[in-house]
Amino acid sequence: MRDSISMDIPINTEGGSRVVLDLIYSLKVRDVMTRQLITAAPDSPMREVQKLMRDNGITGVPIVEGSRLLGIVSIGDLLLALDDGRISSSAEACMSRSVVTLEEEMPLTFAISYLNRYQFRRFPVLDKNGALAGIITAADIIKTLLVAMNREVERLEATIRAPASPTVANASDEAEAALSLSFNTYQFDFDNAGKASAELKKALRNLKMDPTIIRRAAIASYELELNQVIHSSGGVMEYIVRDGRITIVARDSGPGIADVAAALTEGFSTANNWIRSLGFGAGLGLPNAKRAGDDFSLDSAPGRGTTVCVTINYALPA
Amino acid sequence: MKTSDLAGHFGLETIQAEFTDAEISAGYTSDLLSDVMGKAGDSDVLITIQAHKNTVAVAGLVGIGSVIICNARPIPDDMIASAREEGIALFRTPLSQFEVSGQLYAVLHGLSAIPRSDAPVANRA
Repeated sequence: MRDSISMDIPINTEGGSRVVLDLIYSLKVRDVMTRQLITAAPDSPMREVQKLMRDNGITGVPIVEGSRLLGIVSIGDLLLALDDGRISSSAEACMSRSVVTLEEEMPLTFAISYLNRYQFRRFPVLDKNGALAGIITAADIIKTLLVAMNREVERLEATIRAPASPTVANASDEAEAALSLSFNTYQFDFDNAGKASAELKKALRNLKMDPTIIRRAAIASYELELNQVIHSSGGVMEYIVRDGRITIVARDSGPGIADVAAALTEGFSTANNWIRSLGFGAGLGLPNAKRAGDDFSLDSAPGRGTTVCVTINYALPA
Repeated sequence: MKTSDLAGHFGLETIQAEFTDAEISAGYTSDLLSDVMGKAGDSDVLITIQAHKNTVAVAGLVGIGSVIICNARPIPDDMIASAREEGIALFRTPLSQFEVSGQLYAVLHGLSAIPRSDAPVANRA
């Protein structure tokens, strides 16, 4: 039921301005959401929900029991109820039950990509205990971003300086290598997480590498890439293929690992609940990467950042 | 059985039909992507409730050719788009991971015929 006018928020979460990227990754859902909630109880008649929408100029009403979210009644649900003569029925009987929610600790990028990804126009926000904490709409995001961008532009205008010169890869290294690639990662950028590894896989396929070797390299690379996205403040994934050896170097700028031995133990994880809800944070990342490689080294300390190096040997053509 | 045999059976709704048809020898049931990464085989069908595009990325990297999303979870458009790009089949069912795994196991091990979609199925929704 997507509107004829696209509801997409025209902000690119992939490329684009570094300033805008920094903003949408540093702002949290809780900084943006509306906390004054207009809700209804499950036994409220739809007629009452309709009145709530009209009186408050809103297009969706969360149906709650205490602070627990049961569902949401949207304009679409209301129209269906009117069509079917169910306007006197309870909200519980007419609401949408399969509700996509956000958590308040998620970065704003999640809200932006959810709006672009799902047809829903609003997302209820839950706190870490699963209680309803707020609601977020495209208008909330646009308002907050405009204010934040204005502030940022003013700050930048005050400190305009020449851009730093881009780093140039070592030419002599590159001449010998069959492959040399490098990708940046950003914290919580789950939309692009895995892209570096997918590129590595593609490149290894082009080199006609053995499928088992490609699979091992892809696994090691993906786990290290996801670790950067989940745990670090951003980093670089580097790949070098040379002389029968694939080298994967994952280097990030912090915060570093306090207990390296624990981090290498299967099942140990410091990921929070919403990261776990995405299927990550099982404490298998580093152990998987280590198992996939022939050699593994990890150098990390709190405040310094982490560098992980995995190498995989492959047979050179005779 | 092949990927194309899944369509129209087990109560599955085909969400993304542009895939490379391949032999399915086993399934892997998990919602933890690192677990899938480390343990799933490359001719497995992945049975999960994890409906987002990182699931497709993991499937692509380990060589899984088809994904079944359980409990009728909403599937985001960008997940469908990246499955199409990777040539990975995407199905959805109202059944739970337990029900789908059980039915698929029975068929793959010759314990039962492929259940038809119009057969009554337990629906917890």
